[in-house]
Amino acid sequence: MKFLSKFYVGIIYAFLYLPIAVLIVFSFNDAKSRTVFTDFTFKWYEKLFTNDIILGAFANTLFVALVAGICAVVLGTLAAIGINAMNQKLQGLLLNVTYLPMINPDIITGVSLMLLFVFIRMELGFTSLILAHITFNVPIVIFNVLPKLRQLDRNIYNAALDLGCNPAQAFRKVVLPEIMPGIAAGFLLSITYSFDDFAVSFFTSAADSQTLSVVIYSMVRMKVSPEINALSTIMFVVVLLVLLLVNINDARKEKKIRQRNILEGEV
Amino acid sequence: MENSTIISLKDIVVEFDGESVLRHINLDIRNHEFVTLLGPSGCGKTTTLRIIGGFVNPKSGDVFFDGKRINDLPPYKREVNTVFQKYALFPNLNVYENIAFGLRLKKVPDEEIRERVFEMLDLVNMRGYERRDVNLLSGGQQQRVAIARALINKPQVLLLDEPLGALDLKLRKEMQIELKKIQRETKITFIYVTHDQEEALTMSDTVIVMRDGEIQQIGTPIDIYNEPINAFVADFIGESNIIDGVMKKDYLVNFAGRDFDCVDFGFEENENVDVVIRPEDIKISEPEKGQITGKVESIIFKGVHYEIVVIDTNGFNWKIHSTLYEEPGREVGLSVIPDDIHIMHKMAEEEK
Ligand SMILES: Nc1ncnc2c1ncn2[C@@H]1O[C@H](COP(=O)(O)OP(=O)(O)O)[C@@H](O)[C@H]1O
Ligand SMILES: [Mg+2]
Repeated sequence: MKFLSKFYVGIIYAFLYLPIAVLIVFSFNDAKSRTVFTDFTFKWYEKLFTNDIILGAFANTLFVALVAGICAVVLGTLAAIGINAMNQKLQGLLLNVTYLPMINPDIITGVSLMLLFVFIRMELGFTSLILAHITFNVPIVIFNVLPKLRQLDRNIYNAALDLGCNPAQAFRKVVLPEIMPGIAAGFLLSITYSFDDFAVSFFTSAADSQTLSVVIYSMVRMKVSPEINALSTIMFVVVLLVLLLVNINDARKEKKIRQRNILEGEV
Repeated sequence: MENSTIISLKDIVVEFDGESVLRHINLDIRNHEFVTLLGPSGCGKTTTLRIIGGFVNPKSGDVFFDGKRINDLPPYKREVNTVFQKYALFPNLNVYENIAFGLRLKKVPDEEIRERVFEMLDLVNMRGYERRDVNLLSGGQQQRVAIARALINKPQVLLLDEPLGALDLKLRKEMQIELKKIQRETKITFIYVTHDQEEALTMSDTVIVMRDGEIQQIGTPIDIYNEPINAFVADFIGESNIIDGVMKKDYLVNFAGRDFDCVDFGFEENENVDVVIRPEDIKISEPEKGQITGKVESIIFKGVHYEIVVIDTNGFNWKIHSTLYEEPGREVGLSVIPDDIHIMHKMAEEEK
């Protein structure tokens, strides 16, 4: 029984991580083949860093993700505060409206956004691309910030007013620090979604503003270059490191609080 | 100066979602007093505090502070501070910074802040806790920090919303004494909300009894206890026997099947009234010596006294407190002196 459950878990993780493992292994493969591993090499990584198209696309993606992420955080946080202040009935309705774009197939979001941009005669490019990314990132931020606002004791804001804060100060000094984890999570997720997105970007960008996923797509239509393997490996490792960093940081903070309490308890 | 009015509420009406929560509240609070708003949960005590603090705008009516109308003054410009229900400490700040919060906003120099924070820590017995994380304090400690955080601003009026509600009985008794001491030392006007009648009676100079958004009675604890204005106050303020009666004429009331002399007058002839008698005011005797006769139904030991229930010949259940044991099933006589018979107008039989 125990063996069976272990075996089951093993299968699941193999299923999840095997493709990535294969990809990483073949990013170091000397031959272009995708089936035979010949020699260990870094040459695809070297090539990658001299490939202007890929580097350009990467820069585009980063730029779009950051700008859209920041805008989405501001808009989404304000929206969450507004929604939180509404009465229950209105909240329910609005949350459903917010949820819809998230489950809407990307391709439909992409096509409809493109139609909208064409309709208002906006030329496709960075502006349209960033606007499109903000559109699908705002709900993500709302859904990350809203629970933090709900957890917050309403009287904490009132207490700040009571002690002399005007509403803006009260927000900055006591509300913001409390909902910051939600905002940060919303921001990181927004960036991940922006990197992840293909369909929406495909329909709303122009040739000079293509993101990584769109560029990779047009490249693999001809042939999968092992450079892509190298690029994917780097991206995977970066995400892994960010995740580890966030977790380690959390754990360390908790440990510190615990230690301090033990220390001060003895004094 | 000593007894000038600091806060006045004039004909305050508050509605939430079309439901009236405060109905025509009129209230004067004198400087340096310990005033308690007392009433069952949901009667509008918190809302009344929020009106004074500036967190709720009344539908109609005026709020005065020191003679000036402050309806349009936002909370952060009012010279009152609040100790909120469940404390509402700032979780991102430690004890020291929580207490210093108000002074930091006023840009008080660091040196003075330090001095006053430590003064407050001494006042609330929390010296040595200044660097603690507030999320890891016990309820009683959080309570003290909340009081210090409000008092450091030297408000003219301190509002406290059921500040001891979350504490266990022993701690609550201790904190009652401490709060009373702090109020006496600082001379700050305290407006204190509780639903605990004992707490209200032991701590206050003035008690305001509320019910369903209306003030029932305002008076000293002794007045309220001895001269409750109606059966609701009598019942809420302490255990009571409330029985239907008829006021025959001045100083004579009929209830429990016979006439009693009493000290009340000014009722209409044959007016239906509520007769209120406290359990500790009824004496048990031999059946033939009592004004009312009945049978002991039950007896429970309550620590200081026994609580005895006697059913009289008309079937009314009398609650009696006595230090003497009575055998259940025994026939007894009950008597009460005229001073202890309280006659009240019947309350309008609305939503009882
Ligand atoms: N923000 C609000 N919205 C709607 N109803 C409220 C609100 N605040 C209080 N109430 C209602 O007003 C009544 C009085 O509330 P409150 O003043 O908190 O009573 P208390 O403090 O005496 O328990 C209650 O029936 C409560 O449900
Ligand atoms: Mg309340």
